[in-house]
Amino acid sequence: MNAIYILWLRELKRYFRSRARMIGSLGQPVLFLLALGFGLGPVFQRAGQGNYFQFLAPGVMAMGILFTAIFAGIQVIWDKQFGFLKETLVAPVSRLNIMLGKTLGGATIAFIQGTVVFILAIIFGFRPDLTLLPLTLLFMLIIAIFFTALGISVASMLEDISGFQLIMNFLVQPLFFLSGALYPLTNLPSVLTTITSIDPLTYGVDGIRGSLTHTTHFGLGTDLGVLIILMFVVLSIGSYLFSKIEM
Amino acid sequence: MENIIAVADLVKKFQSFVAVNAITFQVGKGEIFAFLGPNGAGKTTTIKMLTTLLQPTSGTITINNFDVVREKDNVRKSFGIVFQDPSLEDELTAEENMEFHGVLYNVPKHIRKQRIKELLTFVELWDRKNSLVKTFSGGMKRRLEIARGLLHHPKIFFLDEPTLGLDPQTRNHIWSYIKNLRDKEGITIFFTTHYMEEAQEMADRIAIMDHGKIMTIGTLPELLQATKTKSLEKAFLHLTGNEIRDEYASASERLKARPFMRGRMG
Repeated sequence: MNAIYILWLRELKRYFRSRARMIGSLGQPVLFLLALGFGLGPVFQRAGQGNYFQFLAPGVMAMGILFTAIFAGIQVIWDKQFGFLKETLVAPVSRLNIMLGKTLGGATIAFIQGTVVFILAIIFGFRPDLTLLPLTLLFMLIIAIFFTALGISVASMLEDISGFQLIMNFLVQPLFFLSGALYPLTNLPSVLTTITSIDPLTYGVDGIRGSLTHTTHFGLGTDLGVLIILMFVVLSIGSYLFSKIEM
Repeated sequence: MENIIAVADLVKKFQSFVAVNAITFQVGKGEIFAFLGPNGAGKTTTIKMLTTLLQPTSGTITINNFDVVREKDNVRKSFGIVFQDPSLEDELTAEENMEFHGVLYNVPKHIRKQRIKELLTFVELWDRKNSLVKTFSGGMKRRLEIARGLLHHPKIFFLDEPTLGLDPQTRNHIWSYIKNLRDKEGITIFFTTHYMEEAQEMADRIAIMDHGKIMTIGTLPELLQATKTKSLEKAFLHLTGNEIRDEYASASERLKARPFMRGRMG
């Protein structure tokens, strides 16, 4: 338990000491909220879909969590290369606990990031119904854990950061653009319908949006069920891959 | 003398490449043991196996009477290590790095506080305890790593090129700490170095490794006599030849060759 706590604490200290990282990672969500939210709003309205900003804000919250969580997980590659991972791996602590500590640390940071985006969205004009707020926070936490564990899994398999661009372009960006974060899932071309429904982020976005604005595609129960199952699957795969790391 | 490290028929293969080829040796309790060899000889691979970071292909290793494969946690509690490359968290202070280590090794809180103060004073970093490690010089980092490696009262201390890239003053200091440890606390020291004079001066016994095998092992006079040479450097060259060795760059070395990547996320 102590080991998990100290690993978690280290991630948080790193995060709060790097102001550039904190502010830098808010740039993209703010840009999406302002440029897309206000830029596409009129078109969306004319198409009879209602207020785009209300629709988009939950998607951008999920985006903030996705990017921060994957980055936090991928950080294992840096730990590998700059030696700090060795210090943890020779300690009398099980690999499972090391993996859990890192995951919870990264997930906490991603959760905070999502909350900050949430507050910014409200400042910019987002008007959610907060009666189901605990459920919203639960969805945020689950996707934070899921994507941090996914990042750690990927990082466990990579030798060095030359694969980093690959991860950004072929994992993170598609996860985001092929979720329902930016557009409604109804009446999509059938290929896109299939792809969006296998993207885990789709269920996270739907859950957050459903609990805040009462518009959901799959239903909150389905969203929650799918995400909890996926979270445990990725945690198991991640801890297996992490236990196989040799230095 | 009682053995604290016992290695028998140890082999490590990477696909078809044999990095460590059936080596057998022992280190006695309280010994200062130098483990020498040219680049790519298999030293670091051996240390990684001794310290549970790599799984041996075959053979056995016993550390402090525990089996390295089957009793990992007991082995891990038995040794401290200073790696070849720094392994500190730059964004934490010196004291926080120590604290992190102490918690991971389950050192009780009241002992931890006391021990951290003692060790940071020992390596002359107590007045810098609240500075972030990223502001430290190479020598300060190495001293901090020595202090950290000793926090959980290890029986064996592994040092992989502890003085690489340091100025003579710092090297001198580091060796005086290490010698002190053995004399006062009876810790067994296992180190590698490319500085022959360090091995010559400090080590009770010396092993020279090349091409995955141990070429020779013994005290300095024994080595000089066997090779009919007058210095360790001559004996070393006599046993391992004069050719320059090329080693494949490790991932971290490849990365360091691209400094622009460093600031990206770390």
